[in-house]
Amino acid sequence: MSECGDCHDCGAAAVVEFPGAPASPKIVALAGPPNSGKTTLFNRLTGLRQKVANFPGVTVEQHTGIAELPDGRAVGIIDLPGLYSLSPQSEDEQVAHDVLTGERRDTPRPEAILLVLDSTNLNRHLMLAAPILALGVPTLIILNMADDLRNRGGHVDTRQLSAQLGAPVALVSARQGEGIDEVFEFLASAMPAPAPQELPVLHDVPKCREWAGRVGRRASYRPPVPPKWTRRLDSVFLHPVAGPLVFAVVVVAVFQTIFTAAVPLMDGLRWLFEVSGKWVAATLPDSIFRSLLVEGVWSGVGSVVVFLPQVLFLFLFIGILEDSGYLARAALIADRTMARVGLQGKSFIPLLSAYACAVPAILSTRTIENKRDRFATILIAPFMTCSARLPVYTLIIAAFLPNRPVLGPFLGARAAALLGLYLLGFLAAVATARVLKSSILKSGHTPFLLEMPSYRWPTVRSIGLRLFDRAKVFLRRAGTVILLVTVVLWIMAHLPPVNGKAPSIQDSLAGTVGRTSSRSSSRSVSTGKSESG
Amino acid sequence: MQLSGNNVPLKTSFTTLVDLRRGDAATLDHIDLPGKDARRLMELGFLPGVRITAGHSAPGGDPRVFQVDGSEIALRRETARRLKVRLDKTRQAPGMP
Repeated sequence: MSECGDCHDCGAAAVVEFPGAPASPKIVALAGPPNSGKTTLFNRLTGLRQKVANFPGVTVEQHTGIAELPDGRAVGIIDLPGLYSLSPQSEDEQVAHDVLTGERRDTPRPEAILLVLDSTNLNRHLMLAAPILALGVPTLIILNMADDLRNRGGHVDTRQLSAQLGAPVALVSARQGEGIDEVFEFLASAMPAPAPQELPVLHDVPKCREWAGRVGRRASYRPPVPPKWTRRLDSVFLHPVAGPLVFAVVVVAVFQTIFTAAVPLMDGLRWLFEVSGKWVAATLPDSIFRSLLVEGVWSGVGSVVVFLPQVLFLFLFIGILEDSGYLARAALIADRTMARVGLQGKSFIPLLSAYACAVPAILSTRTIENKRDRFATILIAPFMTCSARLPVYTLIIAAFLPNRPVLGPFLGARAAALLGLYLLGFLAAVATARVLKSSILKSGHTPFLLEMPSYRWPTVRSIGLRLFDRAKVFLRRAGTVILLVTVVLWIMAHLPPVNGKAPSIQDSLAGTVGRTSSRSSSRSVSTGKSESG
Repeated sequence: MQLSGNNVPLKTSFTTLVDLRRGDAATLDHIDLPGKDARRLMELGFLPGVRITAGHSAPGGDPRVFQVDGSEIALRRETARRLKVRLDKTRQAPGMP
């Protein structure tokens, strides 16, 4: 393959065709087991040139990005969901498998694979190398967390490992940015197909583990000593008494932040939308288009965008909890309680944040790998009484209930009613979860497995990129789906025209639809459920 | 681990992972689960013959973290019960004759 050494105008845009070189950038897949630091490496390679979408037809997020090589060429990178083997058991793993084997029609088969393994747990992680190398696709074996390996007294001979696997090996620390050059070098090279010395029978897990152990031994792999700090922190965070206390503090902090700290920012945004809306209204001549723009589009999209601070605060917390390793411990502590309603520990944080707002809560369910548990959590999250419903409740209660004492001076009728409404929402969620998990979303007998990663300092870079990503996804939805909905709603509220002007809301299409639906459904349900946040 | 003597044959007794208390170690004998689930556990390191040490647990002892093959994996009781092990030491063998 000819390099473009002396040709300066071929740059990043791969428009110029070279003999034998593809016109579009190379597509490379990033694969690896969960907790191998794959996403950190993806962030390191692509920086801000990332895109989040959904794989069509499934609920799996597709992260793609562009890595720019030192010579200016661009390489497309797909960050695949974590996988333990190429015998997929979850939807996430199925997608990763299908992309790697070229069975997904919507994604081009990657020309090469970057296989990310945790170097501090190489004997087990190497098992995944067997089925990946057997695909015959050019592969770079990336041994991540090199800093941890070194600091904890571990060792591996990468040249010997490379000879054993018949594929290049790079010792990398994605967090520190160490060894990234080697990844770029591989991407810039001709990328030969792997030629491993031997491969085990892929369907036989014990044989694969034996093979991994043998390869590790030949590469003089010395596992690091157990992480001292992880053991120390776990003796606090998983202590029978201190553990639940820390958990409670974390939960209150998350709750408090999304409930209160985000409010001034949200008010600021709301104010900004109001003021700019008025300005637009004052600038444009009075017409049906001004009404559509200001009352439909602007206030509609604005009412959703104000949730952005809450969404970002929640993801800041979840990012810190997830990257530090505490999220797995929190899930462990919450698991037993959640299991009673058929859910699992990882559903806890999303459900809790639904008390602040259902929107970020539903977005945050992506940390739940099990698809059925994720759906059940999404479906019950709106039952939790969100903060936007609180003023509505207070208003209705104040209008209908006199404030008589119920339990002496401790509890008034209004407070009791409010508490009752919160409780009602919670019970509805529990009941719905039970029904869903024992019927259409039954998980079967798939065992619940939770890997406890070592504690690590979260990096500003990784959290920042994640927040940026989430903000983009949220704003894009606000700019597409929600925009469309608000326009449709506006049109329904303005049809049929009366004397060339918009009808009163009762006579409009929206009013008619509303009356019909409230007549057919039972009245008590439709009034309570229409407000959601 | 106060037991000394490398060649002293330890009395082995069959039990399940559920019966392990914190700090107990055992050797996995077999997994009593359908093929697919057993396979996933094996991919995570729960292979016959491997040494498993019981670690911390959630309040109430369920789920519990197990150290296996360089990783720490939490299992619920209902799953841990299906992993049949041989205790490495006789110090604590609750529920077994």
